[in-house]
Amino acid sequence: MLNQFLLLGAVLFCIGVYGVLAKRSAVMVLMSVELILNAVNINLLAFGALRGDVAGAVFALFVIAVAAAEVGVGLAIVLVIYRNRQSVDLNDVDLMKG
Amino acid sequence: MVAQNIFFYLLAAVMVGAAVAVVTTRNVVRAALYLIVVFAGVSAQYVLLAAEFVAVTQVLIYVGAIMVLMLFGIMLTRAKIGRDVDLTHDYWYVGLATAVILAAVMGYALIDAYGDDPLPEDTRVAQVAGSNTATVGDALFSQYLIPFEVVSVLLLAALVGAIVIARKDR
Repeated sequence: MLNQFLLLGAVLFCIGVYGVLAKRSAVMVLMSVELILNAVNINLLAFGALRGDVAGAVFALFVIAVAAAEVGVGLAIVLVIYRNRQSVDLNDVDLMKG
Repeated sequence: MVAQNIFFYLLAAVMVGAAVAVVTTRNVVRAALYLIVVFAGVSAQYVLLAAEFVAVTQVLIYVGAIMVLMLFGIMLTRAKIGRDVDLTHDYWYVGLATAVILAAVMGYALIDAYGDDPLPEDTRVAQVAGSNTATVGDALFSQYLIPFEVVSVLLLAALVGAIVIARKDR
């Protein structure tokens, strides 16, 4: 069935959204973003299997590549924040708060 | 199809449990290790969807590379290995409410739109050269060549950007 894969993706997506909103550690937020991207990939491949089309797999590979780039740059930024503030607590990162 | 369903629900239960553990555990290192379980489960789901090349890529990139990067990030930002009480915001229930409402809306929309729509009996893609992997490779280097090149430039830019951002002597 198609829907079981889509619902699994939706559940993983929502768990990732909760992690992004509720976690204070920047590294934990990055991990939750990875959860979200994986949920999206399951959806892409489920629709690819439904259509018998290779596009789903190709776009899933693109998403994996972009996720790798995102983690690299994201962790670099987190490291700089840690070096400047000795903390990765997102409550401490309030330089641009109005 | 029955065996496929049994394995789907088995894997899905493990994945959802591990994903909940990722966002609820009080230990960052343990969260990263639970995340590996989720990624391995996602890879197994790809196999169920007959996308073995993406499944192998998932293991190589996510379990192999990204999680090592994450663990390095945890290590370099000196998160305590023990319990880390201050891992969740004080207003975590707002995030929980958002996630639950989002899950309800998406679940309703999906069930309304797709109901019991079956997947094709044979979920393999139309094959041109004997295997799924060959088909994916052919599409990647013909139809999707330009996006592929763009992604490689993006990876290069991210590599250079990460080094520039993280280096010390500025």
